[in-house]
Amino acid sequence: MSVPVLEVQDLTVEYVSDERAVRGADRVSFTINSGEIFGLAGESGCGKSTIANSIMRLLKDPARITNGKILFDGKDVLGMDEASLRAWRWNNVAMVFQSAMNSLNPVTRIGEQFVDVIRTHRGGSRAEALSRAKELLQMVRIDPARLRAYPHQLSGGQRQRIVIAMACALNPRLLILDEPTTALDVVVQQEILEQIRELQTELGFAILFITHDMSLMLELSNRIGIMYGGRIVEMAPSEVLRDDSSHPYTQALLGAFPPLHGPRVKLTGLAEGTKFTDIQDLEEISQGHWVAPTNQPALSQGELS
Amino acid sequence: MSQNVTDPQTLIAEEPTDESAANRARVSATRLLRTLLRNGKAVAGLSIIVVFIVLALLAPVLFPGDPARITSAGASTPSLQHWLGTTTKGQDVLGLTLWGARSSLFVGFAAGIFSTVVGVLVGLSGAYFGRGLDEVLSLVTNVFLLVPGLPLLVILAAFMPPGLGTVIVVLVITGWAGSARVMRSQAMSIRGKDYVAAALVSGERPLRIMVREILPNMASVVMTTLLGCIIGSIGAQAGLEFLGLGDVNTISWGTNLFWATSDGSLMLGQWWIFVPSGLAIALVAFALALCNYAVDEITNPRLRRPKHATKSTAATTVVRKEEK
Amino acid sequence: MSFLLRRLGFYLLAFWASITLNFLLPRLMPGDPVTRMLSRSQQRLEPQQVEALRTLMGVDGGPIIPEYFAYLGRILTGDFGMSISRFPTPVSEVIASQLPWTLLLGLTSLIIAVILGNLLGILAAWRRGGFLDSVAPPLLVFIGSFPYFWLAMGALYIFGINMGVAPMRHAFSVGLVPGFNLVFILDVAAHLILPALTIVLVSLGGWMLGMRNTMIATNSEDYILMAEAKGLRPHRIMLNYAARNAMLPSVTSMGMSIGFIVGGALLTEVVFAYPGVGYQLLGAVQGLDYPLMQGMFLTITAAVLIANFLVDLVYVRLDPRVRKG
Repeated sequence: MSVPVLEVQDLTVEYVSDERAVRGADRVSFTINSGEIFGLAGESGCGKSTIANSIMRLLKDPARITNGKILFDGKDVLGMDEASLRAWRWNNVAMVFQSAMNSLNPVTRIGEQFVDVIRTHRGGSRAEALSRAKELLQMVRIDPARLRAYPHQLSGGQRQRIVIAMACALNPRLLILDEPTTALDVVVQQEILEQIRELQTELGFAILFITHDMSLMLELSNRIGIMYGGRIVEMAPSEVLRDDSSHPYTQALLGAFPPLHGPRVKLTGLAEGTKFTDIQDLEEISQGHWVAPTNQPALSQGELS
Repeated sequence: MSQNVTDPQTLIAEEPTDESAANRARVSATRLLRTLLRNGKAVAGLSIIVVFIVLALLAPVLFPGDPARITSAGASTPSLQHWLGTTTKGQDVLGLTLWGARSSLFVGFAAGIFSTVVGVLVGLSGAYFGRGLDEVLSLVTNVFLLVPGLPLLVILAAFMPPGLGTVIVVLVITGWAGSARVMRSQAMSIRGKDYVAAALVSGERPLRIMVREILPNMASVVMTTLLGCIIGSIGAQAGLEFLGLGDVNTISWGTNLFWATSDGSLMLGQWWIFVPSGLAIALVAFALALCNYAVDEITNPRLRRPKHATKSTAATTVVRKEEK
Repeated sequence: MSFLLRRLGFYLLAFWASITLNFLLPRLMPGDPVTRMLSRSQQRLEPQQVEALRTLMGVDGGPIIPEYFAYLGRILTGDFGMSISRFPTPVSEVIASQLPWTLLLGLTSLIIAVILGNLLGILAAWRRGGFLDSVAPPLLVFIGSFPYFWLAMGALYIFGINMGVAPMRHAFSVGLVPGFNLVFILDVAAHLILPALTIVLVSLGGWMLGMRNTMIATNSEDYILMAEAKGLRPHRIMLNYAARNAMLPSVTSMGMSIGFIVGGALLTEVVFAYPGVGYQLLGAVQGLDYPLMQGMFLTITAAVLIANFLVDLVYVRLDPRVRKG
């Protein structure tokens, strides 16, 4: 096996209020190897984004990490102080957020937003940073003249490309993509995915890909973890998961999305009313295929329309 | 407006939404009140206001007779006989302050309520009917917002016959625009909600939609605006009377301050003459501001203060719970 | 640029509305303002001067439309009539001699209050629940609850009368010849401190709370989170990302508040006998000097509208989104 870039072990994140604590993520463990695309899928609120944000330690106050370890290249991320955390962010792990529309500062030129991240981490002159920014824009096929533009002058797809280019600015080892295409239309979605794949082949970073869209997920990822209620219920290589999923929730999720390619199939939708409680730790049922044991029967296909 | 949805199926489907909108509004209004009573700031503010209202109502009992009558030698310092001392003319300051509360609170609340009502009417109808009417109303609102209030108050009050009625009218003329602007933008956003569309297609009359569907869902905004208007009115009234443009023969906190200055008590160092009325204005305004603050906090949880000081960019806290 | 043109058109409209109001007010109100005014005044006016006043106030019963256009023409050429309380000085001359002092006081306190209030708001929002965030808002709201003129009286009483450390009245010491020299400037500054301090204190809370609340809203924007993920330094995120965006609504509300602050400044002037428009306003009210009051209303309105236009110019610089259309 190749070298792990990111190891998440037993990560538990709680949102603490006066009365109670809600677990956003519960004893979540997974590993991402260098150059690998690992996908996390699940419905809204299952804890995917909580995981993404806690890896970079971006979660805010009522949230705290109460258990577990996050190792990046063997370094303990949870033990870093503010300064080393700052130096580590973007340099090693960059992130593309859910809404392309809003992740760029609306009142500063695109170029400035490249310059400030490059100069903060690499130093150098403004001119050097700008010429690097030009290269990056060319990489995502956007006219370098757009560096003088403000975000509102660009389309949603262009903005997301720019954010992706910005994420590549420092050659990170890991790129976190948190639903990078949700706000975009299907055609642009495909273009962006293509772009990501291309950049990944060229630059060789690993990807943590988060989405609720199973067809996108199967298309892009090497390995996939399915999350439900803050826990991972199944984890396997994409093909195994597609053809041989074992957890009823995974099957329900797979049934809820049309495949991007291949024949049309009847959609089943997520079975409402089916709740999985007390999810057990994962067990390896075959090489690299982990499943949480469940006593519930698998959902019958086609019951809901 | 109602042509968009003609499918009868949609009508049936929307029916329950319509009902729950009214319900939700009622629930949200009562919940707002209940939550307010549990909020420390709101309770403190309300208590202060209640105390002042009670004192104002009891003024004739606590201090019978004409409070402006001369009861002692001029400008005596606070004593057992005159708790807050007397004015340069020899009137009891406590009596003037208590009686002053009557007209100050009355004018402040009346002008505040009328300004809010005008604002609600203008804002709601602008937002509801849109187009030409909205353009005209917005334009008028913005002009009134822009014209500086005090000079406008002064020329209006100067030309109109003096009296409490004039003061109230003038305060409403200068005060309604702010509330109209807030109401309009709030009503605009509610106007776009599905349950209003549902009410429209089910053929409800505009007035009913405005009063039953839109207005109840603006409860908290109406409340903050009302409080803001009352604060503004009390302050503006005081300023107007301080300039001598109120009716100088009625007793109010503003006229008390007017007489204090024109009798020269400030220059003579007679602090007890001008402190009580100003403090009373400030306390009432502060109490109203506290209530306002509380409504804001309840409706916008992000404004609530966190338990612990936190820097905005702080990294996620890591708490190690050992083995459980 | 169309944004600025639209605003300019709007200001002209607002000014036109103010002139029209000024014209209509004496004509719509019951009673005869000229008689009221003359009975209050000790001046002996020539018959043709009385006649001019009657035309100005519309009590001569002349046709209203031609009078209106004549009025518009007079106002636009700066002719506001004669002041009664300072007879026979023209209103425009009285105002011209007072306006610079009001501008000095108003602008000084406005700029200090805006800068200080916004800074405090930024810092309070940046460290939620910290000392500044806990203590300053309620304290400033309390101070802001006092009427401007009452706080001015308090300040004058404490610093002027009791402690005797501040000048009691006027904008500069009696006997000093106005001129561009250090002695005079320092003297003017000394006279400015208390009135300006009063206005700053009362208005500070509004600026601070406004900025704090918008900062809190801005802090949950995605671009702030992204800036953090980028590993930028906190002060850079605070200033270039959060505050830079939160400033926009603050600038907009600044335009709206100018009119309010002017009102406060006028009343503060009365207390300090500061020789600005406000102090003269008191004289005008007491002398029932209608032409002077109306002239002041128009002048102050014009000043506020110009100030708003300047704010718009700043806004266009700050928000790239309004620059195009």
